[in-house]
Amino acid sequence: MSVSVPSADENRPIGEMGQGPVAAKKRPAAGPWVTAYRKLIRDRAAVAALLVFILIVIGCAMAPYYAANIAHTDPFRSNISGSITLNGQEQPILEASTEGLGLGTVPIGPTWDIHAYFLGADDQGRDVFARLLYGGINSLLISTGASVICLVFAAIMGVVAGFFGGMVDGILSRILDVIWAFPIFLLAISLSIVLIQQSIDIGPIHITSGSLWLPTFIIGVVYVPYVARPIRGQVLSLKNSEFVLAAIGLGVPSHRILWKDILPNVATTLIVFVPLMMALNMLTESALSFLSIGVQAPDASWGTIIQDGQTLLYTRPTVALAPGIAIAVSVLALNVFGDGVRDALDPRSKLRLGRD
Amino acid sequence: MLNTLIRRLFQMIFVMFGISVVVFLIFFATPGVDPAARIAGRNAAPETLAQVRHDFGLDRPVPVQYVLMMKKLFVTRDLTSFQNRGQQVIPELVDATPITLSLVTGGAVFWVIGGIVVGLLAAAFKNSVLDRGLMILGLIGISMPVFWLGEVLNLITQSRLHDTWLFAWVPALGYKPLLDDPWEWFKTMLIPWISLAILYIGLYGRVLRASLIEAQEEDYIRTARSKGLTETRVLIRHALRTSLITFVTLFGLDFGALVGGGALLTEVVFGLQGVGKLTYDSLKALDLPVIMASVIYASFFVVAANFVVDMAYAVLDPRVRGR
Repeated sequence: MSVSVPSADENRPIGEMGQGPVAAKKRPAAGPWVTAYRKLIRDRAAVAALLVFILIVIGCAMAPYYAANIAHTDPFRSNISGSITLNGQEQPILEASTEGLGLGTVPIGPTWDIHAYFLGADDQGRDVFARLLYGGINSLLISTGASVICLVFAAIMGVVAGFFGGMVDGILSRILDVIWAFPIFLLAISLSIVLIQQSIDIGPIHITSGSLWLPTFIIGVVYVPYVARPIRGQVLSLKNSEFVLAAIGLGVPSHRILWKDILPNVATTLIVFVPLMMALNMLTESALSFLSIGVQAPDASWGTIIQDGQTLLYTRPTVALAPGIAIAVSVLALNVFGDGVRDALDPRSKLRLGRD
Repeated sequence: MLNTLIRRLFQMIFVMFGISVVVFLIFFATPGVDPAARIAGRNAAPETLAQVRHDFGLDRPVPVQYVLMMKKLFVTRDLTSFQNRGQQVIPELVDATPITLSLVTGGAVFWVIGGIVVGLLAAAFKNSVLDRGLMILGLIGISMPVFWLGEVLNLITQSRLHDTWLFAWVPALGYKPLLDDPWEWFKTMLIPWISLAILYIGLYGRVLRASLIEAQEEDYIRTARSKGLTETRVLIRHALRTSLITFVTLFGLDFGALVGGGALLTEVVFGLQGVGKLTYDSLKALDLPVIMASVIYASFFVVAANFVVDMAYAVLDPRVRGR
């Protein structure tokens, strides 16, 4: 949609994109969203970070195509006795170890050839680069899904606690305290030792032990207080702001105040949190998977590949290094973009992830 | 002040109770899971199962089960591991604590000094190349998975550069008790400390910089300047002092969280047998009583640490007391 409102006192380029105030005839000033959008696209670091992140997403989305048509490999099946031809020479994918007693095998190192074993093989002879792309899909899905769960819960709890106050606030705040104090890795370990190799049914919900929903849900829930607390604080101060007091004085029903006055303001905060939570969730996912309580084999995520590479760390370090770099670059991109979004939407904000 | 203290105390007790209930429900009331089989470990004999059922009162009402579990954890403290034939769990946990404490305390020294230096330098040279560089480095530090960073440091110091003069002093992975040989202890812990501290140096440096820059707008800083104090003195004696309140709060929370299980990843990567590693090994061995104990004790520690932070905050910042 392109809406341009020509005006005498403002020389905006004709046909600029954005959801401006459509029917604002007399007041051509841009709305808050347009202002924020313009500010964001002027922030070169944020735009570059977003591009990097989009590239990573596209790369991971290409994983099935890459495995089937470029590398011709199945990254989920071990290939212990296979071999490939390099520089006209036949070479086994798992060669006998030459170090120490010569026992065991060492997988082939990086060939730097995009058609086969670009980053080498892991100890089961699987193509690390193909697994890296597939693993990225899971890492991205979990961090996105957990962010959605977290923000929805946090928004509901924060707004209800802040708006209704009293008993409701007391109960919700204590629940948040309990979640807040729970050490995340220990919570995840407790849940997974109970659920290991066992599926559970809670009402209509059926969760199998290897399901991606389990880590997604755990990560989504543990960070709810990080977001819910600042939102509760924001709603509390909004409730005492002049425009809400005026609305109450005019006899506006409270559901309308909630919908028209409180939620639009909270929405800004939530949007600021999206990239930052995704970054945090991605780090947590990798840690859980590294501890083998996140994504379960034979599925992969960046965390599980680092774990696969742990035994090969000194002989074939690329297996563990590559997914770590992928995580660091993605998280860095999300953090830089998140800072840009925050500066654009809420420059005077004191929102800092998890604190205040 | 006393009122605040009492109210916080009640809140703390409530939160501890809430956590113990949640942990209890996870272990004893997850639908479709037989708790006796989980507690007894894999391939348990029928007699063991029967004994577990009796000991934990699994044939009795749920509240009784809860009370029995709490009694085993806190009153009699005789929770035993079935996987490790009668190994007492609580002493095992107590033995692991000094290792976690030396890891987190040493790391904390690094990140507090590092965080203050980075924050001060960045704020003093605001918008300069130095500021930008430090902030980008800090962001990179925040963005790396800590266990991966630990592995990279291991790769460098234990393998690739171990035979050069740079890292030849790094001992093999594992823990050396402080009282046996302090120098050896220091050498084994140095790399884990750095690995743990990098994330927090980035985090604290960024928070401190923002807080210092915000303070520059305040009236008392303008007053200090107009008295003719040097910029350095204004920054360190006046701005830094107020900013440290935020810093202390953050520190208390992070320290508590790290001792209460957060340092698990660093312990696993560096083979340090602390509380986190103990819990992790118990997960691998499916040794549920150990996990039960460490989860409860660790989360209680976190709650207690948060309580201390709240109180310290009230002492440091008089404005909080009234609330």
